[in-house]
Amino acid sequence: MAIKTEEMVLNMGPQHPSTHGVLRLELELEGEIIKNVKPHIGYLHRCFEKHAEAMTYPQVVPYTDRMDYVASMYNNFGYAVTVEKLLGIEVPERVEYIRVIMGELQRIASHMVALGTYGLDLGAFTPFLYLFIDREKILNLFEMTCGARLLYNYIWVGGVSHDLHPDFLRLTKEFIDYYRPHIAELNELLSYNKIFIERTANVGVMPLDTAINYGMTGPNLRASGLKFDLRKDEPYSIYDRFDFDVPVGEGKMGTVGDCWDRYFVRVLELEQSLKILEQAIEQIPEGDVQSAIPKRIKPPAGTVYGRVEAPRGELGYFIISDGSVNPFRMKVRAPSFVSLSIMGELCKGHLVSDVVAILGSIDIVLGEVDR
Amino acid sequence: MKQPKEIFESLKEKFTEYNFEIIEDLPVEPIISVDPLNVNKIGFYLRLDADLQFDSLMVLSGVDDNNAKKIKQEDETEIDDPGTLSVYYHLYSTTLKHKVTLKASAPKDNPEIESVEKVWKTADWHEREAYDMIGIKFLNHPDLRRILMPYDWDENSFPLRKDYENPEFYQGIKVPY
Repeated sequence: MAIKTEEMVLNMGPQHPSTHGVLRLELELEGEIIKNVKPHIGYLHRCFEKHAEAMTYPQVVPYTDRMDYVASMYNNFGYAVTVEKLLGIEVPERVEYIRVIMGELQRIASHMVALGTYGLDLGAFTPFLYLFIDREKILNLFEMTCGARLLYNYIWVGGVSHDLHPDFLRLTKEFIDYYRPHIAELNELLSYNKIFIERTANVGVMPLDTAINYGMTGPNLRASGLKFDLRKDEPYSIYDRFDFDVPVGEGKMGTVGDCWDRYFVRVLELEQSLKILEQAIEQIPEGDVQSAIPKRIKPPAGTVYGRVEAPRGELGYFIISDGSVNPFRMKVRAPSFVSLSIMGELCKGHLVSDVVAILGSIDIVLGEVDR
Repeated sequence: MKQPKEIFESLKEKFTEYNFEIIEDLPVEPIISVDPLNVNKIGFYLRLDADLQFDSLMVLSGVDDNNAKKIKQEDETEIDDPGTLSVYYHLYSTTLKHKVTLKASAPKDNPEIESVEKVWKTADWHEREAYDMIGIKFLNHPDLRRILMPYDWDENSFPLRKDYENPEFYQGIKVPY
């Protein structure tokens, strides 16, 4: 007698430690093989875009914080850059440098969460604790600057909310020297760990054409082998002044574009961000940080699409202005939203335990997926 | 690398039967308005043509243009123009590094726009979001469901429309409670 087989549907989430938030994955299984994955999102939906239509332009800034809450500073940054593009205003040199310093510190802090929780998902508890000790030091620097540790409301249109603390640059320099050796430590602990490599190499391979067609950006796209970074290819703010490399996936442990590559590109980016930070601290001029903040923001009627390289990929703001003090329409192109849409494609044919490895490797923040 | 104006010209040359318009008097970027029912064919051309290679759809956004008005006819009676809903496509070429913005508009009482999901896979979720929030019906989309709002949300209620009103009850609970 033949064994009776049928497809099984399994719900992963909405409460699940590996979904990094409130996300439900509907897994269609045949035995332990994944036939399809359907992500169900919207559990954190707060309708940012509708709120923004009722706000004036400066009032939107704190709302942007709450999208990608692991990289709030960069959300502020992207919003400020976009509105300034629409207004056509220049900001003082010092502000540009402060923004880059904050942005890169935030990128390091955000990658630390990504890498740490990725290890956690796959059963490596220790690296997570080590990374969070160091992340704490970055949060202390942010707290020193603007008083907040998670949601900063720091980068405003035309400036920043506070000038740097007198000790900030010295302490940041100390942090860079302190943190640099820890990247090698992370590699020993996690990146080159045999078990970790077994779980991630050759899993969830994302070919380059699929990645581009699905709109992947940031580390996920670079891991598939395309050297594309908005900081280099379409420099905004003052990123064209710094010397840094764009790491890409090389398939060192398996195939180009597998989970290990996506993980390791983030590790390599830590080093590059430290490099940018060093140069920015060296070059930062004195000056007033609030002189360019407009008293009243009333952009001309028209549309603008501004995009920046946030830690998770291309963060874009599409703003339609009707010439009044409120945005007529604001759409956010959230990198995590786009990255999550490839889940079904990546998981096909893998085992149930690989879903966790793949989901962790594309590094999503549900606050940004649902907005 | 091509300017939007050149892309506009080549589109007009290729698809003589469709209407194209270029809106240039905008502060940042010009917009090319395209035929909503043939946007998939235009998309395939833009993606596959060797001189254009728009392989990446950066963002697809649905917009309620909020331009409903009353049109006075010759015999002094008025008819309602329901206005339009639009979709903006921001395209980028990762190889040639150029950008273009397309816009497709459809009347609000029958907002049908062809899906570009076959052209750029990323449009799948963006179109579901535009349907969910604005209520644009994407023709030939494989899975047009709500994405951010609950699946049991009133099927004629779209939160990002300008004339949206909060429902009185949701699942038997008064709003605002």
